[in-house]
Amino acid sequence: MNKISSFDVERIRADFPIFSEKVYGKRLTFLDSGASAQKPKAVLEAVQNAYTKTYANVHRGVHHLSQQSTELYEGARKTVCTHMNAGSVDEIIFTKSATESINLVAQSYGLLALKPGDEIILSYLEHHSNIVPWQLIAERTGATVKAVPIDQNGEFLMEEYLKLLSPKTKIVAVTHISNAIGTIVPVKKVIEAAHNNGTPVLIDGSQAMPHMKVDMQDLDADFYVFTGHKIFGPTGIGVLYAKSEWLDKMPPYQGGGDMINRVTFEKTTFATGHSKFEAGTPPIVQAIGLGAAIDYVNSIGFDAIAAHEQSLLAYATEQLSKLNSVRIIGQAKDKAAIISFEMEGVHPHDIGTIVDQSGVAIRVGHHCAQPLMDFFDVPSTARASFAMYNNTDDVDALISSLKTVQEFFG
Amino acid sequence: MMDDLKELYQEVILDHSKHPRNFGRLDPCSHEAHGYNPLCGDTVNVFLNLTSDKVIEDIYFDGKGCAISMASASLMSEIVKGKTKEQAHILFENFHNLVTKDEEFQPADEDMERLLVLAGVKQFPMRVKCATLSWHALQSALNGNTDTATE
Repeated sequence: MNKISSFDVERIRADFPIFSEKVYGKRLTFLDSGASAQKPKAVLEAVQNAYTKTYANVHRGVHHLSQQSTELYEGARKTVCTHMNAGSVDEIIFTKSATESINLVAQSYGLLALKPGDEIILSYLEHHSNIVPWQLIAERTGATVKAVPIDQNGEFLMEEYLKLLSPKTKIVAVTHISNAIGTIVPVKKVIEAAHNNGTPVLIDGSQAMPHMKVDMQDLDADFYVFTGHKIFGPTGIGVLYAKSEWLDKMPPYQGGGDMINRVTFEKTTFATGHSKFEAGTPPIVQAIGLGAAIDYVNSIGFDAIAAHEQSLLAYATEQLSKLNSVRIIGQAKDKAAIISFEMEGVHPHDIGTIVDQSGVAIRVGHHCAQPLMDFFDVPSTARASFAMYNNTDDVDALISSLKTVQEFFG
Repeated sequence: MMDDLKELYQEVILDHSKHPRNFGRLDPCSHEAHGYNPLCGDTVNVFLNLTSDKVIEDIYFDGKGCAISMASASLMSEIVKGKTKEQAHILFENFHNLVTKDEEFQPADEDMERLLVLAGVKQFPMRVKCATLSWHALQSALNGNTDTATE
């Protein structure tokens, strides 16, 4: 694919068939990419081709299709590896979701490393998927979960984090970008401090991957997880990047086909590298679709994507601030194009229903981040999350539909 | 689209949501239950005094929720006051049909006629749980349970 020289949002929109669909006869204003992103033709075609031209199971059999399918599946792994600048393809494990990736680390690393009295450090910005798996393993091992607090702007409090680090800290697991309020966590500093404490770090990159380029050599994360569907790929595919030094030590998470070396009833020896953690037939076509999605975003370029999204964020923030009754929740200095807000006297669900009738799709609810909602003392918020295919028309449609909300509840 | 919205957010609904009737706690009370919608985090707590012959003598509610759930709870509290447990169950059944069933609804009595203002919810399937949360909590309270969560 050729690089798009200057950012042309209309050309990008044309790559996404969903934008020719109407909602209640109106233009679709899709501001819910933080929940799941739309799919470009390149991904849809890769998925279609994988099923219609090359489909067979992978790593099994010597026939032509199995070989082709394996090449495409492993090719997707190579794409992910290159994109993240991982040390080797053995450090890229395909899972079904970011949630499964975190559960894998929590269960496998957790059983290896956690003892009664040990501590797991999370933050108030976490999605439930980076809280509950740790609570489950804490309960099994007698470890305790601690959370790094944030301030009223939604900033991660580095000072407080440093105070929490101790010899008891056996893992730090924090998000790269808050799904609910957009805060970008300075993860490089988080990782550095943890490593100085001798503690490995897991970063939940689900929200970061569609907005920025991540580099495993630069970040030095021990574990980095993300989901495919938020970076314009299919659902049912997640990634766990893990340093080989950990994968070699960690016990398998699930047992089954493809993760073994030799099986007898007396003893089974396990495969090494990523294979040890990919039991059963993997999400073959979903992985191929993810590879296509990553190629697609790279054809546009993350510098261009980030600049476009930041200008949308600034425009949307400015326009929302002009509506008297709107309060934006989360005003971190370093923020991705995700805006949580509430309207005086109007519940987010009512906002969601009313703007939907204008074809505006936003998320309303607790965003699977209830501790964060509790911190801001709200049961839920309305959230507009932007992606590279959004434009200023989307912002204008949101604002206009929010004025309708004001008319109803004024 | 505006028609559907106007049907949903009628003046009566907006009025009840902004000025909910019987809002507060009843302490002491004979029965109470806490309704919770795990999808949106909304809560409705229902408190009531039931006489020995199973009549709802007094009812209060509080909680946090959208206009639909607050208005529905407010209307419910007005309507079930003075009703027997059995009558309240029947009202809930009829109300549930009103907001979920497709066919034209013929209100059987004055109470159901008042609840007709919530018929617009039918056009918004995602919002049915908002309208029924307080009713589920009422059922739990009447049945002697304390917690209920919509699924």
